[in-house]
Amino acid sequence: MALTSTVAPAGSGPWQRARQQLGRRASVKISLVVIALFAIMAVAAPLLSTLGGWSPEEFDKTAVDPYLGGQPIGPLGGISADHWLGVEPVTGRDLFARVVHGAQVSLLIAFAATAIVVVAGTAAGIAAGYFGGRTDAVLSRLMDLTMSFPSLIFMIAMMSVARDVNRIVLMTAVIGLFGWPGIARVVRGQTLSLKHREYVDAARVGGSGPWRILTRDVLPGVAGPVIAYTTLIIPGMIATEAALSYLGVGVRPPTPSWGQMIAESVAFYDTDPTYFVIPSTCLFLTVLAFTLLGDALRDVLDPRGSRT
Amino acid sequence: MIYYAGRRLLSVIGVLIAVAAITFVIFYVLPSDPAAAACGKSCSTERLAAIRAHMGLDQPLWRQFTDFVTGIFTGRTMGSGQYTLHCHVPCLGYSYENNQDVWDLMMDRLPVSASLAFGAAVIWLVLGLSAGVVAALRKDTLTDRALMVGSVAAASLPVYFTSMMLIYGVIRIAGLLPYPSYVPFGDDPLHWASNLLLPWLALAILYAAMYARQSRSSMIETMAEPYIRTARAKGLPYRTVVVKHGLRAGMTPILTLFGMDLGGLLAGAVITESLFGLPGIGRLFYGALSSGDQPVILGVTLLAATFIVIANLVVDLLYAVVDPRVRY
Repeated sequence: MALTSTVAPAGSGPWQRARQQLGRRASVKISLVVIALFAIMAVAAPLLSTLGGWSPEEFDKTAVDPYLGGQPIGPLGGISADHWLGVEPVTGRDLFARVVHGAQVSLLIAFAATAIVVVAGTAAGIAAGYFGGRTDAVLSRLMDLTMSFPSLIFMIAMMSVARDVNRIVLMTAVIGLFGWPGIARVVRGQTLSLKHREYVDAARVGGSGPWRILTRDVLPGVAGPVIAYTTLIIPGMIATEAALSYLGVGVRPPTPSWGQMIAESVAFYDTDPTYFVIPSTCLFLTVLAFTLLGDALRDVLDPRGSRT
Repeated sequence: MIYYAGRRLLSVIGVLIAVAAITFVIFYVLPSDPAAAACGKSCSTERLAAIRAHMGLDQPLWRQFTDFVTGIFTGRTMGSGQYTLHCHVPCLGYSYENNQDVWDLMMDRLPVSASLAFGAAVIWLVLGLSAGVVAALRKDTLTDRALMVGSVAAASLPVYFTSMMLIYGVIRIAGLLPYPSYVPFGDDPLHWASNLLLPWLALAILYAAMYARQSRSSMIETMAEPYIRTARAKGLPYRTVVVKHGLRAGMTPILTLFGMDLGGLLAGAVITESLFGLPGIGRLFYGALSSGDQPVILGVTLLAATFIVIANLVVDLLYAVVDPRVRY
């Protein structure tokens, strides 16, 4: 994280102070632990499922009861020493392996889409705020236009039409496409207030070109709000990915993702509630952790402003 | 004001044309065979031929687009000979899966989605705003903490989770309510409400949580304004200051949010409607997704965009009424 990259000696720099304030909050520690846990789970998915002994697409007919409509054998959806989180009804696929691989897909898409949104939004916001005039007019119009779209419905429409492309790449691009104006507005406002500060004027008088001013003087100034805002949009990205997969336009089976697992489990809510609860809990915890962390970061890094 | 309203109306038309152009690209240009896409998953060769004739795919692209747009305002007669099909104003296409005009299909279902959206909106506004304002006025107390922890948690619950918990807990286990089936308001208002109660709650919990967070921060900011201090200093009772000075300015940002959310929901809450089996536009959309009924997907997309754009316009005009500082 950027917090560690700027090292000042005496703990008096703005980043040091921010880190101290964050360290005092219990919610920050808890949410960081939860996020780290899920991140490790996603990265180490193949390793973890090997440890669990099952691959995510491996059927286990011995774990389900063919005479009860494929109900998992055993209590709580078939949780046992063999299947740590139980199995999927009918197929008997191992839920632990699927949840872990689902984390990989869900978080990969959410993070990649967030990266697109942050880079595009920051670039557009800085350009609009700093150059003003026609650049600002065009970019601001584009932001208004994108924001007046029913984004979820448009995403669904685009996902349902395009069929023969890599779903993960497409989904990332589509989610990113509709996400950038929010952060662009925040950055634009921040840039507007920074561009006539004395130190920026000084840089300009000193002969710095626009590129140097933007990267050396303006960008560090907008970094705080951008970091806070980024953390706050991640839960939305995770939820959007889950919603798209839930509606059947996301990643294609057999590749697991949390939203898709939840969608499949709805049909069994009555006979096997555990199947529904497991991916839902993962989704809930991840979203909650990022929201709490984002709230804390916003309080510390962006105490006023950029809240609309 | 009139000048402003006129200018805004023009920009609304601009946005709608842009939306139509983008939907056109999505449905006519992106698919390798738009006719096959419109025909859906269960499609006969004869049907496909008819659709080819209807869509005018042999025409140049710009011509297809102008036909598509003028069709919305004037209706259009699609195809020729035995394949002729008349699509009345506003022509958003024809669902070959349902053998019905897309517009008629959507209008049949609009009352369901509208009932769901408005009922849920009332609940979430009452819950969300009162929680937010109470938390703001008692900032940093136990009440504030509890309300905010609750709303962060509730905002993180995916809507399908809340819906399923309500279905499982209230309908399956407790048996308090029957599984919802839509009853029109005109037939029996009481059954209309009791059938919609759970879907309302499922939607409202999520939105109430978001509105509580938003209205709390907005209210805290407003209450720190100098004019609030002035009002207090000149001896107005606290209650009057909160209600007359604080709420009015504090709630304006909520208005923008509300316009977007309500506009979006009017064109259907896809997940809630399909989980509760409500025959609204959202469920129509969900069905169209699984059967590959592209004309319906296109129609709902356009309708949703129109609702959102109009809701934004109404909100912008209302701003001048609510906030005396806003002048056009």
